[in-house]
Amino acid sequence: MFRPTQLPGDALTRRMFLGRSACGIGATALATSLASTFTSAARAASEPSTRRGVVHPLHFAPKAKRVIFMTMAGGMSHLETFDYKSKLAEMNGQPMPESFTKGQPIAQLQNAKLTCFAPQHPFKKYGESGQNIAQIFPHLGEVADELCIINSLKTEAINHDPAHTFMNAGTTLSGRPSMGSWLWYGLGCESENLPGFVVLTSNGKFGQGQPIASRQWHSGFLPGEFQGVQFRSQGEPVYYVRRPSGVSAAQQQDVIESIAALNRQHDEAIHDPEIATRIAQYEMAFRMQTSVPELVDLAQEPAHVLDMYGTQGGDGSFAANCLLARRLAERGVRFIQLYHRDWDHHGGVKAQIAGTAGEVDQAAAALIKDLKQRDLLKDTLLVFGTEFGRTPMAQGNGRDHHIKGFSCWLAGGGVKPGLTYGATDELGYNVTENLVHVHDLHATMLQLMGIDHERLTYRFQGRDFKLTDVAGHVVQPLLA
Amino acid sequence: MSLWLRFGPLLLALATALPAQAAERPVSFSRDIKPILASKCYACHGPDEQNRKADLRLDTADGAHESGVIEPGKPDASELIARVTSQDPDEQMPPSDSKKPPLTAEELALLKRWIAAGAKYDAHWSYVPPVRTAPPVIETEKWRDWARNPIDAFILAQQLEHQLHPAADAERRTLIRRLTFDLTGLPPSETEVAAFLADESPDAYERLVDRLLRSPHLGERLAVMWLDAVRFADTGGYHSDNHRDVSPYRDWVIRAFNENMPFDQFTLEQLAGDLFPLATNDQKIASGYNRLLMTTEEGGAQAKEYTAKYLGDRVRNVSSVWLGATLGCAECHDHKFDPYTAKDFYSMGAFFADVQEKAVGRQDQTSVPTNEQLARLSAIDQRIAALNKALDEPSAELDAAQAKWEEATLAKLTSSSNAWMVVKPSEVTSANQQTLTVQDDQSVLASGENPAKDTYTITLPAALDKITGLRLEALRHESLANQGLSRANGNFVLTEVSVALVNSSGAQSQPVKLKSAVADFSQDTYPIAHAIDGKNNTGWAVAGHQQPADHVAAFTFEKPVSGGGEARLVVKLAHDSQFPQHNIGRFRLALTGQDQPSLTTPDGLPVELANILQTPAAQRSAAAAHKLQQHFRRVASETAATREEVAQLEQEKKTITDQASTLITMSGSPRTVRILPRGNWLDDTGEIVAPAIPAFLGKLETGERRASRLDLAQWLVARENPLTARVFVNRLWKIMYGHGLARSLEDYGTQGSYPSHPELLDWLAVEFMESDWNVRHLLKLMAMSHTYQQASTTSLAVRAKDPANDWLARQDAYRLDGEFVRDNALAISGLLVRNVGGPSVKPYQPAGYWQFLNFPRRTYANDHGENLYRRGLYTYWQRSFLNPSLVAFDVPSREECTNERPRSNTPLQALVLLNDPTFVEAARVFAGRMIQQGGTDAPQRLDYAFQRAVGRPATPGEIQVLTALVAKHRAAYTADPASAQQLVAEGESQPPENVDVSELAAWTSVARVILNLHETVTRN
Repeated sequence: MFRPTQLPGDALTRRMFLGRSACGIGATALATSLASTFTSAARAASEPSTRRGVVHPLHFAPKAKRVIFMTMAGGMSHLETFDYKSKLAEMNGQPMPESFTKGQPIAQLQNAKLTCFAPQHPFKKYGESGQNIAQIFPHLGEVADELCIINSLKTEAINHDPAHTFMNAGTTLSGRPSMGSWLWYGLGCESENLPGFVVLTSNGKFGQGQPIASRQWHSGFLPGEFQGVQFRSQGEPVYYVRRPSGVSAAQQQDVIESIAALNRQHDEAIHDPEIATRIAQYEMAFRMQTSVPELVDLAQEPAHVLDMYGTQGGDGSFAANCLLARRLAERGVRFIQLYHRDWDHHGGVKAQIAGTAGEVDQAAAALIKDLKQRDLLKDTLLVFGTEFGRTPMAQGNGRDHHIKGFSCWLAGGGVKPGLTYGATDELGYNVTENLVHVHDLHATMLQLMGIDHERLTYRFQGRDFKLTDVAGHVVQPLLA
Repeated sequence: MSLWLRFGPLLLALATALPAQAAERPVSFSRDIKPILASKCYACHGPDEQNRKADLRLDTADGAHESGVIEPGKPDASELIARVTSQDPDEQMPPSDSKKPPLTAEELALLKRWIAAGAKYDAHWSYVPPVRTAPPVIETEKWRDWARNPIDAFILAQQLEHQLHPAADAERRTLIRRLTFDLTGLPPSETEVAAFLADESPDAYERLVDRLLRSPHLGERLAVMWLDAVRFADTGGYHSDNHRDVSPYRDWVIRAFNENMPFDQFTLEQLAGDLFPLATNDQKIASGYNRLLMTTEEGGAQAKEYTAKYLGDRVRNVSSVWLGATLGCAECHDHKFDPYTAKDFYSMGAFFADVQEKAVGRQDQTSVPTNEQLARLSAIDQRIAALNKALDEPSAELDAAQAKWEEATLAKLTSSSNAWMVVKPSEVTSANQQTLTVQDDQSVLASGENPAKDTYTITLPAALDKITGLRLEALRHESLANQGLSRANGNFVLTEVSVALVNSSGAQSQPVKLKSAVADFSQDTYPIAHAIDGKNNTGWAVAGHQQPADHVAAFTFEKPVSGGGEARLVVKLAHDSQFPQHNIGRFRLALTGQDQPSLTTPDGLPVELANILQTPAAQRSAAAAHKLQQHFRRVASETAATREEVAQLEQEKKTITDQASTLITMSGSPRTVRILPRGNWLDDTGEIVAPAIPAFLGKLETGERRASRLDLAQWLVARENPLTARVFVNRLWKIMYGHGLARSLEDYGTQGSYPSHPELLDWLAVEFMESDWNVRHLLKLMAMSHTYQQASTTSLAVRAKDPANDWLARQDAYRLDGEFVRDNALAISGLLVRNVGGPSVKPYQPAGYWQFLNFPRRTYANDHGENLYRRGLYTYWQRSFLNPSLVAFDVPSREECTNERPRSNTPLQALVLLNDPTFVEAARVFAGRMIQQGGTDAPQRLDYAFQRAVGRPATPGEIQVLTALVAKHRAAYTADPASAQQLVAEGESQPPENVDVSELAAWTSVARVILNLHETVTRN
């Protein structure tokens, strides 16, 4: 085993003295308290900043300890998934009433004739709660009583790139932290061997593969430690985690121990707390070289579990990523984000969305069941969301981007199960009941994690920034 | 000469003595009170009119005093104090629903003292133009001689006031390493360190400073700072994130810093280089600044929305880079803390409304060679002309060779069954009464009235046994328009070609189907295929009106036809297009029996030359003879060397021209700019605004004329602009001392941090402006300060007292910027390629890292050779997926302005330094050096290695650890040479041949340790 150093923790770093404060502690006060900690216990072990989190104590008793956010990238049609519209079926082929569309932003249908396009898949009432779900999700139907469906989401950006950024960071501007970074920063990470924010991405066969920028998991102006780390279920699981060719595990350990020994000698000579941090980070890196390959090795999973998810692992599929998400959740990772990139169905939505749904349905349902049987569902918040919905109007035999009303579902820790919340109008265009803005979704997620969204702030450019900017309300009816 | 050097002694003489240590420093509104009010009160009682509560504003003296909540001199009678100390939820401020924490005891005490002292407001420090105050005179006996220039006087005075004193001087080996990193981003070589240590002359350090300030790498180092600010990248950023050529702008920045371009000029050229009268190409390249923002190509993006986004992006950038202002906060509403209004935001945006661009789509590029490139292009052209001239000089030797060549080629031409045979028509008629005359060269020339449309019918004797195709030459003639190919405008449109065979008996006629057609050239949308498509509204044309030249087409018969006897081919050329008189003016027909008729002839001889060659020498015109000679001399083996040089020069010319393609600013009619209510781009109800600077900072006097980007730039660098000089000298200060004098480099407004040394910052800002914005002068001033030359180590007591090092009683020590972490490892190993400038390069990158890019999908292929070892700043800047080893070290994607990078310390950094092929290869090359140049035993080699890596010999403790390591790994690799071979094979450079592989692998382990050390990646 790796020999622990005398300074296992991330000792206080100068960066933390710079007066950037969270949860409203005055800059001076923070600096003073840390400085006194520093003088009195200069060489004492302390928890690493990436483990501890800045919200002490939590603002509320948390209902969930971790989040698994499944992003259906490309814009999942609400009309073929969770929001059935019989009136739209009736009006199939008729002109879309101008009262809905006049003066509204529109994407690829600019200057086109707008006609109603019927829902392309039948729905069915599932479970005791009778949740109305499209039949392309038979497995989710089985867990319908666990789902909290929201049919009244609204966002602000109509093109993929800014809309993704808005869903992840609460703004369309670059350079702001993503929600995973915010939560890691606020709550820290329970794992000693893994980062607090992990991203897994998969491709499908029924869409055009949305580009996703690494900005979507960037820590923005938060300290770089809180950046999401991309894991891959195929190939090298984390960039640079593999030892160089020709270097054995023991030799790599020799190298790292020599680095630590020399860094300790240097620290004894010059007393820079940053050195202790670096030593700790090399230890973490060393542990990751073991923990990450172990994590992604699905061979340890019994056959019935693999079958439940519908993967044999190592295939880069959404199913494999769902199983990895469970393993990450078990190991204490705070925020796990999965992407499926194939939901941009401008054409042929009927066949395409059935295909894409088939790629996620079984695994997403399996994740709920698996977490439940391990008693992890009660404190894991699942979100199955997308950057926007799709138009009730036809684009050929597909649908265009739509931001005025769309759907997602939540499940797990602290969420009211078996509920369908909010509604759009009879054609699925505008929200008419219980609007949930993206900021509201974020505020609610933070609330479930024990954080008041108005009090998790970070001072940048002279302003206290929040994930929810200057908006956002906790949607109380969603809470169990 | 610097102003300090000129006036320094005078200033010192005039300097005021520092007042005796005040028991309690007087409260300053700007420094002490404003930050409290701004963070706790201004959101509801500040500049934002729309959200102001209770009609109370505390950001102005009038507002605060007239409201009566402050009783100057009487804190206990002031409502303000009552409210902020109240426990009553209905009374207390800030209100609990604001989520703002109550005032701390310290803040409350300051507020009370301020009111007691009269509650005086002063203007925010950064909005008042800087004034030079005299540096303090230090009277403390012990430190009286410590200051070497005014910087030191300001710094020392504050240290003493805070019961601190300067640290010891840094060791000289530390000093040269620090200075070389700060000014070039590179480590000093071990010989540079040794030379400096050996140089005992009193000006050794100053000469070092001067040498580094003239290094070509100074510009690279400063560019890393600047390119972050202006968000320079190689791709568009949004969605598909496609490539655009902007490296000329990056190289311009490097050049400008290396040439010490005054910062005011530097500013003018970037914002408005295109508007200079007689703008040079360099200035146009500089104006590329306005094009660096993120742009989209996403299908379905609405032009109007993105036009609004781009406006906001430019406002955020220009205000952040030059003014340190968060004007971007005023996009939806008036600024909450600073006096910027939404109107200011859109008025600033209006300066850029003339920048021509595509709101959605690929941006158009322009070829703009730099002065250097222009000079090279001109030299190339001259050389090519000289070489071509040499090829045409009289030469008996070449003429003899030509005669031989002609003989051989003619033999091939005539003996080949592939030959085209020019056939003299037996009959030529025009459907519309043109006169068609057969010329001596067997071509047919049209004259007489030129009808709107015409069809020619040409009868050709078909003497060949087998005929497979027809060739048509369209030929220029001086009688034709534009010396071209028709009498209309030089161009023709041949709508249809048809052929019929009259058999050998001369009686029966049957159509000959044409299978395919080729031409040496076709005008866009007029392909040769249109001449055989059976439609009379399509045809073949050759742009003869624009580029008159002979052209040729060949038509292949579906089946060969038999000739001989009386057989004749009747060819019809129809001109039925909508373009009147576009009838071919002169043409010539030929037939062939070759199996696959084509336009090529033996040896690739052009048709025209084959015709000349087939004409007996005596009958050739002088022009024809010259053409043939020219051709020969361009294919002859005797002229190969000359031609090779021409080809290389042409290639170089193309490379330069390609590299010169970039985004520049082109000014056009300005777009209408409106204030967008709440930032909503769909809302057209807002007021139309003209370009204007923020109103509270003044007004541009342009009379009736619309203010331009040039006016904006001139205002930014005007002497009365309070911000630009402070913002820039603070950037330089951060480079030299690790953090800004004003900490928040991204905000100089009321929410920004108050400078630790406001008088020094102002002194430097004035010095900067009065030295004509001389960047090198400022850097030298800083480098020469005693403050700069302190050690970075200090006692735990001093660290505890001043943990953030506000008072600079030591130098900062911090991790190198990401690019320099890379450069450092490559430089230590000796792999670094130090070429300055050029297109961005692609070093190693993990496979699959670009898999989430789409439209189109892309696969990253790393470069080879030198480009693998270039400095980090030349790395290809793919905004959505920047090279992950840079990202790990906090290098920004440059989607927005980055004024200050975080300096994180993460496990991913450890993984990069341990496992990234770049660092493993560097370690192996470094190991090879230790073995070959470091001496024979381990301690010698380790000394050598530490000298190279960190500028000092190895300590006994280090030698002990690493000697043990190398022994252990030598044994392991000797036992397992296959693994050793794998390790040393990392990277594309070749390991040295004469070094034992196991030995090299073992020392590679040592080198990896050294490249991973905290000290190695730290500037101290």
